[in-house]
Amino acid sequence: MTGVLITILFLLSMYFSALSGHTVQAGGAVLDGAQDGLRFCLSITGALCFWCALMELMDRIGLSARLADALRPLLRRLFPLAAVHPETLAALSENVSANLLGLGNAATPAGIRAARGIARLGETGFDELGRLVVLNTASLQLLPGTIIALRAAAGAAAPYDVMGAVWLSSLLSVFAGLGAAAFFRRLWR
Amino acid sequence: MALISLTPVLLAGFLCLYAMLCGIDVYACLLDGARKGLSLAQELLPALILLFAAIYSFRASGFTDYLAALSAPLLRRLGVPPETSLLMLLRPLSGSAAMAISTELMQRYGADSLIGRTAAVMIGSSETTFYVLAVYGAAAGIRRTRWIIPAALCADLVCFLSSAWICRLLWT
Repeated sequence: MTGVLITILFLLSMYFSALSGHTVQAGGAVLDGAQDGLRFCLSITGALCFWCALMELMDRIGLSARLADALRPLLRRLFPLAAVHPETLAALSENVSANLLGLGNAATPAGIRAARGIARLGETGFDELGRLVVLNTASLQLLPGTIIALRAAAGAAAPYDVMGAVWLSSLLSVFAGLGAAAFFRRLWR
Repeated sequence: MALISLTPVLLAGFLCLYAMLCGIDVYACLLDGARKGLSLAQELLPALILLFAAIYSFRASGFTDYLAALSAPLLRRLGVPPETSLLMLLRPLSGSAAMAISTELMQRYGADSLIGRTAAVMIGSSETTFYVLAVYGAAAGIRRTRWIIPAALCADLVCFLSSAWICRLLWT
């Protein structure tokens, strides 16, 4: 995916810089960009490590497991067919709680286990499988560590002050995704 | 607002205390996590260097200004800063590209400007949609995705619009 994207970006910048006469700027910008990429990655590494350290602690004290338990009733409603199988329900709640805590490395394997569990239901499970995928393509993160690191690196006065806005926007997009899923599902038949 | 700025300290304090009471080796655990962060950054580094290079040249070629100018009438009417058009276009496709673009926007217009904040909220409240679709599609063996892609893109659209509106409401 990114390979295609990067090729398109280079081809388009080739074409447009020739068209607009910005060839010198575009040529110089490539190396500036590479340098800034390095600088940027280094500048967020500290904050990234700090957040990962806190997340490791959250994981170790069983916070995600407890959150997963709390989420079960809600998930039973959202995935009634899949929730019949305890293993699938466990994977589902693990996936959502890891997403909430921003533990991306734990969320994907759990999500895949849940998706495989639902896929075993066959055609009847498609709605729930789709809902799971849509839930994962919309962000659920409670602690947007990367954004905070980005903002801190860019010199924001209070890097955390966007957190409320991120929550509200995430919530709206999750509802929109689930609403759109319910709407398009009818349309498709 | 003052309290929200203290989030990492509060979180670190309570987590460490609780973990200590549970009898966990706090320092070793924190070190493990930080090490994971380091390897994450290491994984990210080559991708970021290449994508920053591509996006900087893309910007310098004048295409993004063209794209912003082209989409400005519509985006202005919707209340979305036109400068974020490239970010919205690439966000569902590549996470590192979105990071590169939003960093560039924050550096150009300031991290605390409306554009900088909007960019941050946009990427903070969305995911790399097509990457997730590819992973789950392959893992669960979904052959026909039917309504999944339109629904996921709907969520992205609402996310971008609400990010722009919330930021405009809060910071202008």
